[in-house]
Amino acid sequence: MRAYLPAYELKTPRDLNDALDMLAREPGVWRPFAGGTDLMVLFEAGKLAHQKFINIWNLPELRGSETTAAHVTLGALTTYTDVQAHDVLQSEFPLLCHAASETGGLAIQNRGTLGGNIANASPAADSPPAFLVYDAELELVSQSGARWLSYQDFHTGYKQMLMRPDELLRAIRLPRAMKGWRQYYRKVGTRRAQAISKVCFAGAANVEQGQVREIRLALGSVAPTVVRCLKTEEFLKGRQLDDATISAARAELMKEIAPIDDIRSTANYRLRVAANVLEEFLSQLRNGDDHSA
Amino acid sequence: MPERVKTVEVRCTVNGEERTLHAYPMARLLDVLREELRLTGTKEGCGEGECGACSVLVDGALVNSCLVPVLQVEGATIKTIEGVANAEQLHAVQEAFISCGGAQCGICTPGMVLAAVNLLERVPEPDAAAIRNGLAGNLCRCTGYMKIFEAVVRACQTNGEQA
Repeated sequence: MRAYLPAYELKTPRDLNDALDMLAREPGVWRPFAGGTDLMVLFEAGKLAHQKFINIWNLPELRGSETTAAHVTLGALTTYTDVQAHDVLQSEFPLLCHAASETGGLAIQNRGTLGGNIANASPAADSPPAFLVYDAELELVSQSGARWLSYQDFHTGYKQMLMRPDELLRAIRLPRAMKGWRQYYRKVGTRRAQAISKVCFAGAANVEQGQVREIRLALGSVAPTVVRCLKTEEFLKGRQLDDATISAARAELMKEIAPIDDIRSTANYRLRVAANVLEEFLSQLRNGDDHSA
Repeated sequence: MPERVKTVEVRCTVNGEERTLHAYPMARLLDVLREELRLTGTKEGCGEGECGACSVLVDGALVNSCLVPVLQVEGATIKTIEGVANAEQLHAVQEAFISCGGAQCGICTPGMVLAAVNLLERVPEPDAAAIRNGLAGNLCRCTGYMKIFEAVVRACQTNGEQA
């Protein structure tokens, strides 16, 4: 059944301070509303339980990006279209650009935001695996100040995160530390455009003469949150990339993740496909294919 | 009865005219365009951002009007299918859709035309991949897409000849 429209409040704050004030005065009563690409779907389906929202779409403090020698910092309202148009992201963070280009079609990419993709906390979101690989950090702001935390610690369970009701996600910071890393991104959905992931994989590795020096692997849609596959990474570190290693790494990964059956796919399919995309990444690393995202 | 919030006034420019919209803040831009402004060229397909039938341009960017609450277009410049032609003179994309047979039932057509117009504004000479990408968010259940694709190619040629 459609939502009862007059029950839903949406207010535009004067500025960031006003927004934080609303969040602090009545904790939990107001929730941020950015590009609306997920909330409006729930709303129209009559499944949006929360009814009071702050329209943060036009807050300039949450927009734009800043590039220093050490970091690229992206405002939480950076859209998928903004990501694809960003020169430094294109050259150094191809996983994020690839994720942005495969999230919905153009109309979704024009409205969907990185902050929304993180705070909406879907385990099937496309950009979080890239954030995990890049060791992203998040800036949360409130009336009591700002704090930074590692994105890897942010999601604690299905739709659970380390953000207080009075806080707003202001920015995402990416360390510029991927020089020389080989990068790989693969989203597997029902079709290429507009599909939600069945499995989403981001990987980066530092390989010398066929030996893995460092490696980071992250997967979406295989657990209650997007996950970093630390055990499989540990297994691969220091190993020569031969057939035996790749086959054993598949087995490690299949032990490490525990996907479920749902409307988009089955646990069995996801397990196999996750192992297949890992194999594809490792084979490319071994063959020295110049494939970055 | 549940609590009712107040309606809001939203000022914006629609197809070149300044308008003041009156609606609940979460009302979908799609519904306000169709029901308050009677701009029924914008169609509702899926109502969940999958099909692109409700595509309009907001500040020059293609959006699904079913996913935009009207409060978020305060101060914005909106173009719907009704604003694409210049009086009686159809846009090159519209002419090309007609000459190539790029429409059948017509429900996807307004969104498809706006996506194509937007594509040619951003990329005047798109290659095949750019055309597919530009229209990837617009679904058509009749044409099989090839005639739509040909129409976009034709519109580029016409634009080129006029330039």
